[in-house]
Amino acid sequence: MITLAKNELYRLFLSPLAWIILALSQLILAYLFLTHIDYFIQIQAKISAIPGAPGVTELIAIPLLNNAATLLLLIAPLVTMRLIAEERRNESLPLLLSAPLSTQQIVLGKYLGTFGFFLVLLFMISLMPLSLSLASQLDFRLLASGLLGLALLLASFSAIGLYLSSLTKQPSIAAMTTFASLFLLWIIDWAGNTQITAESSNLFSWLSLLRHYQPLLQGQVNSSDIAYYLIVISTFLILTIRRLDSERLN
Amino acid sequence: MQPIWLQPNGLILLNLHYNMSSVLLSAKELSRSYGQQHAVQNINFEVNKGEVLGFLGPNGAGKSTTMKMLSGNLSPTHGEIIINGYDLLSQPKQAKTHIGYLPETPPLYKELTVKEFLSFCASINNIPSAKHKAAVNTAIERCGLSDVTQRLIGHLSKGYQQRVGIAQAIIHTPAVVILDEPTSGLDPIQIREIRHLIRDIATEHSVILSTHILPEVEMLCDRVQIINNGQLILSDTIEGFSQQMQTSHLLVELTFPPTVNVLENIAGIITVETITSTLFRIHYSPEHNPTNEIVSHAATEQWQLTQLTPQQHSLEDVFMKIIRDEQAAQ
Repeated sequence: MITLAKNELYRLFLSPLAWIILALSQLILAYLFLTHIDYFIQIQAKISAIPGAPGVTELIAIPLLNNAATLLLLIAPLVTMRLIAEERRNESLPLLLSAPLSTQQIVLGKYLGTFGFFLVLLFMISLMPLSLSLASQLDFRLLASGLLGLALLLASFSAIGLYLSSLTKQPSIAAMTTFASLFLLWIIDWAGNTQITAESSNLFSWLSLLRHYQPLLQGQVNSSDIAYYLIVISTFLILTIRRLDSERLN
Repeated sequence: MQPIWLQPNGLILLNLHYNMSSVLLSAKELSRSYGQQHAVQNINFEVNKGEVLGFLGPNGAGKSTTMKMLSGNLSPTHGEIIINGYDLLSQPKQAKTHIGYLPETPPLYKELTVKEFLSFCASINNIPSAKHKAAVNTAIERCGLSDVTQRLIGHLSKGYQQRVGIAQAIIHTPAVVILDEPTSGLDPIQIREIRHLIRDIATEHSVILSTHILPEVEMLCDRVQIINNGQLILSDTIEGFSQQMQTSHLLVELTFPPTVNVLENIAGIITVETITSTLFRIHYSPEHNPTNEIVSHAATEQWQLTQLTPQQHSLEDVFMKIIRDEQAAQ
């Protein structure tokens, strides 16, 4: 399993895609980071007098993490699309299927490999707000909660992407369906804003990936939000395992 | 030892090559259907230690489906597969450590170098890390990949990629190596090299090989099974198979022939069929070829031999004949 994860990560870094994703997301987020700093410097004088005013972490780090989540929503499908779809297209899947590995190991290995890549990305992103600690006082707890939220979000993206990649032979179809699913889960709570019925909007807003991310960005680590992400992750991993198993039967 | 069996044309053959010693792979009542279509129906066979079993059949006969089932890539709709004592369906992990599989398209990660790829294969096949290097090096050496260890698999020629595929299948020294059309799409030189490699592998592993090329079976296999329309229509040793096909006929033309009785008394000759007054078809037992005797008799007794032609069916003929018979029977 660990071997598979390592191999997955290694092969990802052999392709230019991984490097381009790392470089470009870093570039875009760095630009956003600068604008947040700019804005903070502008208003710093005004808010410094107010007691309990938001600090550096709230005004720079958290908006950055918020932007990062949106950006990663666009990027994640590109990383996850190749996971199983490409193996299928290259007909390299029999290598894993005829090795003494269980389907669980194959799926978890691939999942951990991808999540490993996202952790690298997360680490790179977190360096930006952390660099502020050289010159200022950071609220490390708030930052940690935000980073945990982003990590859980990425873990869910990977699980959903992995499942959709296991359904098709074409990586581009996997990317498109992943993007559509993630986007839908992102905006599904908008239905909650329009007044239809209280019940359905509750369900929709509970389903929203974004709705569970916001509390974490505000520093509230609720077990219900974490449970939501864990449920999403395990559901899609189990679906992927079942999908690969059923392929042998059908 | 397989019992004495009777051939359709009345020949009795002793089959000494069949050795029941140890069965490494056995498939019982194996069936697989895709919806309404039966790809493989009720196939039974065994592979013994150190044996090369050839699966012969036209395209679409069910060879690849059988290979996929044997390697655990596809579940049979019905039947069981025992590999080295482990049931592939109920103990897949243990069973799979004893098989190496090369599908029609070699399963390769083209962005890796040969060495990286093989060491990945070594670790997913549960080779302890201490023996990793040795396993990789042995596989590289056996498959003649020493010159390309640091090259990317994607940049190799098809023949070399096929070798990497074979190396991947033998890296964990499995009991049974399953090769699905290992020489398809290669040029003649590469085919010769791959055949050589397969023969080399057969010294240490049992091999199951599928192909639609008859000479390949003749060259490589100890035993042959012919599959058509998902059914096993012949299973025999390669000697038995060839003998069955070489109908042991001689076409003899004599200007001054003796009586048929005289010819039939020559050692080895079973029956003599008179075609014209001077032309005879002679059936002989495969163990005793009477050609030399006929020539010496013809010389001493002035029969004036004008033609002596051994009539043999090629494997191609036999293959087509069996398939035609099968279709006619249906």
